[in-house]
Amino acid sequence: MPETFEVVVNGDVVRVEPGTSAAAAILMAGHGACRKSVGGEPRAPLCGMGVCFECRAEVDGVRHVRTCQALCRAGMRIITDGI
Amino acid sequence: MSEPAPDVLVIGAGIIGAACAWRLAAEGARVTVLESDIAGGGATAAGMGHIVVMDDSEAEFALTRRSRQLWNDLAGELPADCEYRRTGTIWVAADEEEAAIVARKHAWYAERGVMTEILDARALAWAEPNLWAGLAGGLLVPDDAVLYAPCAARWLLERAGAELRCGACVERVESGAVALRGGERLSCGAIVCANGCAAAQLFPDVAVRPRKGQLAITDRYPGFVNHQLVELGYLKSAHGTASESVAFNAQPRPTGQVLLGSSRQFGVDTPEIEWPLMTRMIERAFEYMPALRGLSVIRTWTGFRAATPDGLPLIGQYAAMPGVILATGHEGLGITTALATAELVAGTITGSAAAICGEPYSPSRFAAAHSYA
Amino acid sequence: MGSERGRKIVVVGAGPAGIAAACAAAEAGCAVVLMDDNPTAGGQIWRGGGGREAAQWTARLEASGARCWYGACVVSAAGGTVVAERDGEPMRIEYHELILATGARELFLPFPGWTLPGITGLGGLQALARGGVPVRGKRVVLCGSGPLLLAVAAHLREHGARVEAMAEQADFGRLVRFAARLVRWPGKLAQGLGLQWALRSVPFLTGAWPVAAEGRGELESVLLRTVQGTRRIACDWLGCAFGLIPNAELAAFLGCRIEAGVVAVDEWQRTNVAHVFCAGEPTGIGGLERSLAEGQIAGWAAAGQETKARALFGRRADLHRFSAELAEAFELRQELKELASADTIVCRCEDVRRRELAGYGGWRGAKLQTRCGMGPCQGRICGPACSFLFGWDTLSGRVRPPVFPASMGTVAAAGERQRREARV
Repeated sequence: MPETFEVVVNGDVVRVEPGTSAAAAILMAGHGACRKSVGGEPRAPLCGMGVCFECRAEVDGVRHVRTCQALCRAGMRIITDGI
Repeated sequence: MSEPAPDVLVIGAGIIGAACAWRLAAEGARVTVLESDIAGGGATAAGMGHIVVMDDSEAEFALTRRSRQLWNDLAGELPADCEYRRTGTIWVAADEEEAAIVARKHAWYAERGVMTEILDARALAWAEPNLWAGLAGGLLVPDDAVLYAPCAARWLLERAGAELRCGACVERVESGAVALRGGERLSCGAIVCANGCAAAQLFPDVAVRPRKGQLAITDRYPGFVNHQLVELGYLKSAHGTASESVAFNAQPRPTGQVLLGSSRQFGVDTPEIEWPLMTRMIERAFEYMPALRGLSVIRTWTGFRAATPDGLPLIGQYAAMPGVILATGHEGLGITTALATAELVAGTITGSAAAICGEPYSPSRFAAAHSYA
Repeated sequence: MGSERGRKIVVVGAGPAGIAAACAAAEAGCAVVLMDDNPTAGGQIWRGGGGREAAQWTARLEASGARCWYGACVVSAAGGTVVAERDGEPMRIEYHELILATGARELFLPFPGWTLPGITGLGGLQALARGGVPVRGKRVVLCGSGPLLLAVAAHLREHGARVEAMAEQADFGRLVRFAARLVRWPGKLAQGLGLQWALRSVPFLTGAWPVAAEGRGELESVLLRTVQGTRRIACDWLGCAFGLIPNAELAAFLGCRIEAGVVAVDEWQRTNVAHVFCAGEPTGIGGLERSLAEGQIAGWAAAGQETKARALFGRRADLHRFSAELAEAFELRQELKELASADTIVCRCEDVRRRELAGYGGWRGAKLQTRCGMGPCQGRICGPACSFLFGWDTLSGRVRPPVFPASMGTVAAAGERQRREARV
């Protein structure tokens, strides 16, 4: 059983396995969307490989991080619905 | 059968050409605009779209003040995609010496009825929290604005109802006619040459040359910067003749993106990014706004300003060819001065009264014209 | 010609082509650096591990002595130096030879509702699932075009997803002809038949494509056009992509000649730019074996091992023939140009709708006036869609730095060395 650890998504604690992407953690936390579009629509990952930028969220204080390529680390703080 | 010749042919559908077409059409002229590429696609697309009053000379001041007023009057009609915002400018003073300059500027503008406000270090920090806290202060010019120029150019052309021909390259200009590449010849009443640096190809004795600039734009960070921020050294960079210079110049876009300039380079006509100069420009910006370091840059680009020997545009009759009006050489103030330029151009053609005197911008001031050494 | 020992080779992209190139060059004695913006090697097809073949190559990579940098996103390259960003910091790596193995991305064609959360690419859904997105027990519909459709369906089913249907836009007739021609590649034929057997209980619709995705705030169902009429299928995930397109941006940035979106290379995988090679999908979509062959050829050629490189020319030619078959079988039909309605968003970064793009003669004019392509994806998603919808050239012309968004600090660092050299 791989050792799980905790990350925080919008203030909620989520337990994940190593190798989990921040995008997956956002979905596991029950948030259907990573961000709001220019027009206010909810948006979630599209390409899964770091080219579409729909999955971006704030990770550990840095905005516009592509969460599909960011591996979770213990204590990572993720905030969605940024810009 | 063919249409009657237009009253005015405007060469160039950038912000200057578009403004001239708009103004001339408003005064009843039938206008055809000839554009070699796409409307608003040259320096108009590359620049910062900053509408700013300048105090480096009475002539520059008159033109920028009048044009800024015209833009502000027009603001209510501009559609949303022109992104007009009255952000104001803050001329940033790095030290006490520059703070003294700020005080002089404030007095100079006050004498001429332009509202400005002196900001001390604390007021500056409050207005712009991401500026380095060690700056001395600044001069706030609240009625300056920013605009997305390609859309403004398009709108002006639409309002003019002018015939716009894209992909029409003018090869030769005569009194009353132009010859296009491919052989077509168009006759007309007056001709307005508003094609920026390319004017020198049509008229070799016209003293404009390209001055390359580079910019960078970030992803969205709403609230990172609130006013257009310009270092006082910008004036030296713009009016100097050094082959290369940079100056800190940052603009908040309505999208929340930060648009960063500025750089100037003579003697280069290729559009690639000049890395060393880009680095100089960005590092200069870091001195004023260290927090820029962590912002995500999504695009960089270059453009060519049309520069004249004395920094003032060429607006008025081209002496060698009656009926040909020059409207070029605006360097970094094309967007700002477009509407006042159009007013002067229209006045020259239709005889309508212009609000300012056009003499300082007359192309004939370089009568014994030499090419740049 | 002997090997060039100690020659610095930088390989951009750690998918199969990049791994193969790195192994070949490193084993020939070159000093190899392999970089990828993902957290681990494997690219898309071997993301999260891959099978036995992937494990063999990964082991070979580890033994080869190549230095691997992950999470490193290339931002610029010129004059023998690559500039990348890693963990927000700039890194500069010098090279004698540069091998671009930047792979491919999926082609997304807009249709009503395609921006709803729950809609991804085909490879995209597989990548997300491999990254931990839960799919067990979820209802999945997969559509679009190409071999990925079956491969992704099989993979997701293995992980417990309920694949409700697969919809391939190509006609049944085309697929039958393609299958018949696969006889020339028995391995691939066996693979295909194996997938079809594994998926035998899943409806596979040909001549079918999505006409709308539905849901309030998130995906609830998809409306498919099929040969027998429209069909609505409730689902939690919709994986939809219409084939692959080369990631040719870095090559374009370096000045490599691009023809019809594909990087032009000679028999040694050299581009027209000195010291720049390209291998794998960017030279033409062709799948795993082609990437492995081209990667090895590029690695050996860069290392001066021309005899070894030449030994794979025959295999590569055969795989190029397979690429041509793929392209023909899965050619996109014209009806797909009408998928996007006037109100459908085409540029997702800036929310630009199709009707706003009407009437522009080209990409640049549309971009300047509507903001289409001005977002952080730098036109990677909307550009190819606009190419397909309107026939615009959205790649050539100047590709300016940064090739991917990067911090201002990294962009500044990219020019530093040149500036220092200029002063001396």
